[in-house]
This record gives sequence, C-alpha cells and structure tokens, in this order.
Amino acid sequence: MSEKIQDGTAAAAILAAGIGLAVTGIASASAEAIAAVGKALVWSKPVGDLSGKTIIGIAAWLVSWLILGLIWRGKDVKFRLVLIVSTVLLAVGVLLTFPPVFELITGG
Amino acid sequence: MLTFTGREVWTAIHGMAFGFGFILFFTAALALLLTLQPQLLTAKGLRRNVTLLKISGTAIAVLSWLAVIVGTYIVYPWYRAAPPKGTTDLGSFPRSRLLANSALSGWHNFGMEWKEHLGWLVPIIATAALFLIFRYGEKLVEEKKIRWTLFVIVCIAFVLAGIVGVLGAIITKEAAVV
Repeated sequence: MSEKIQDGTAAAAILAAGIGLAVTGIASASAEAIAAVGKALVWSKPVGDLSGKTIIGIAAWLVSWLILGLIWRGKDVKFRLVLIVSTVLLAVGVLLTFPPVFELITGG
Repeated sequence: MLTFTGREVWTAIHGMAFGFGFILFFTAALALLLTLQPQLLTAKGLRRNVTLLKISGTAIAVLSWLAVIVGTYIVYPWYRAAPPKGTTDLGSFPRSRLLANSALSGWHNFGMEWKEHLGWLVPIIATAALFLIFRYGEKLVEEKKIRWTLFVIVCIAFVLAGIVGVLGAIITKEAAVV
C-alpha cells in the first residue's frame, strides 16, 4: 500500500458532525425556552421553527467542517481527544432534543 | 378497492422507501466493514469490498437526507396543520387529533417532538461516515483506528434512525397522515 493518510481530515469531519449535532440541540432547546427565539426560527411557515433549528445546525456543521478541514489538512491530530469531544457533542445534541430534558430546562 | 391518498403515498415513501432502504444498506455497510480485514481479503476482494462499501455508504447518506427533507417539508406540514375553527372531525389533522386525547397526547409531546429533531442528526452523521469511506478507500483495511471509528459512527446513525423509525411507526398507527 502507498503512504499513510494523515488523520486531520477525518478528525475534522467527525468533530464538525459533533458540532452540527450540538448546535441543532442547542437551537432546539433555545427555541423551546425562549418564545422569541422559537418565533425567529420559523423560516418556513408550514414547517414552523423546525426549519430554522435544523438549517442553523447544518450551517454550523458545514462551516466548522470547512474551517477544521483547512486547519487540519495534511496533519495528524490528537484523534482520541477528537473522538471524546465529538462523543460529548453528540450527547449534547441528543439530550437537548429529548423532550424531558428540554422541558426540564424550560420548566415546561 | 385498495387506494392510497397522495399524503399516504408520500408518508410511505418517507418511512418505508427511505427508512427501510436505510436499514437495508446499513446492514450491508456493517457486514462490509466487519469483513474489511487484511487476513480475510485478497487484493481483488478488497477492491470489491470497498466499492460495495462506497455504494452502501452513499445510499445510507442519500436516503437519510431524502427521509428528513421529504419528512420535514412534505409530510410534516400535513401532520402539524391546524384545523379550521369549529372542525369536529380531526381525522385529517394528526397533531390536533393526538393532542385532543389525553391518552394519546404523549405521542405528539414526546414522540413527534423527539423524532422531528433527532431525525436531522442522522444525515449529518451518515455524511461524516461517507466522507471517511471515500477519503480512506482501500486504506481502510490498514487503518484499524479509522475503521472502528467508522463502524461506531455508522452504528450510532442506525440507532438514532431506529428510534426515529419506531416513533414514526407508532405515531402513524395512532394518527396517520391521510
């Protein structure tokens, strides 16, 4: 086989996905907690605030992927640390979209 | 005669074509990843394995994007539409129908609330997995760390998609979009 591929680009893809998930979760919980945020995230009337929450999450994912990808291109990074941080971000994303958790936050 | 409304057809495309398709290709990807080991494959077998992995990885990512886009922008507006004032038959308004019944309201307040958000996490994860598959290609066989990371990522996407699918099936059973 040919030369080794540095793990920076893989790490960027994984961490960026984690950021996208966490931002989606944060946007979801914020929309529930603050009525004005929920209203501001209605970017499609038939869909409601789900449109804004998810588009923000996707934008955060793509922008962070681009930035991390450029920074870490051709480099080896602390891959284990990236996996740990990404797992935490995944947990944030899942928990903040879990109704009992965001109801706890909003006191609903 | 058995007939389907346009809404039922779109709901079936969202849940059955895209959802079941996702599960089908997930199974393929999992099997291909588990057999992607140097001692199990010849050079020719490795090439074929990676080509099939690229196909199944692409299918997983594309199907998960299609599922959330069709689900959110075509089916969900029918689900959440508010009935006109004075409407007594809520058959065409699934969200209102669930909320009107205290025994079923949890399927909206918990089930749909979680499903509509959780579903959007799946394509992001699936796309990250797809990137790793194409970035590493045949080198995945040498990169145990990346291979196992990929395995875990694909499994996480499947678990989340599974939760979304089960909630969707139950909600459709209780208050279908018709």
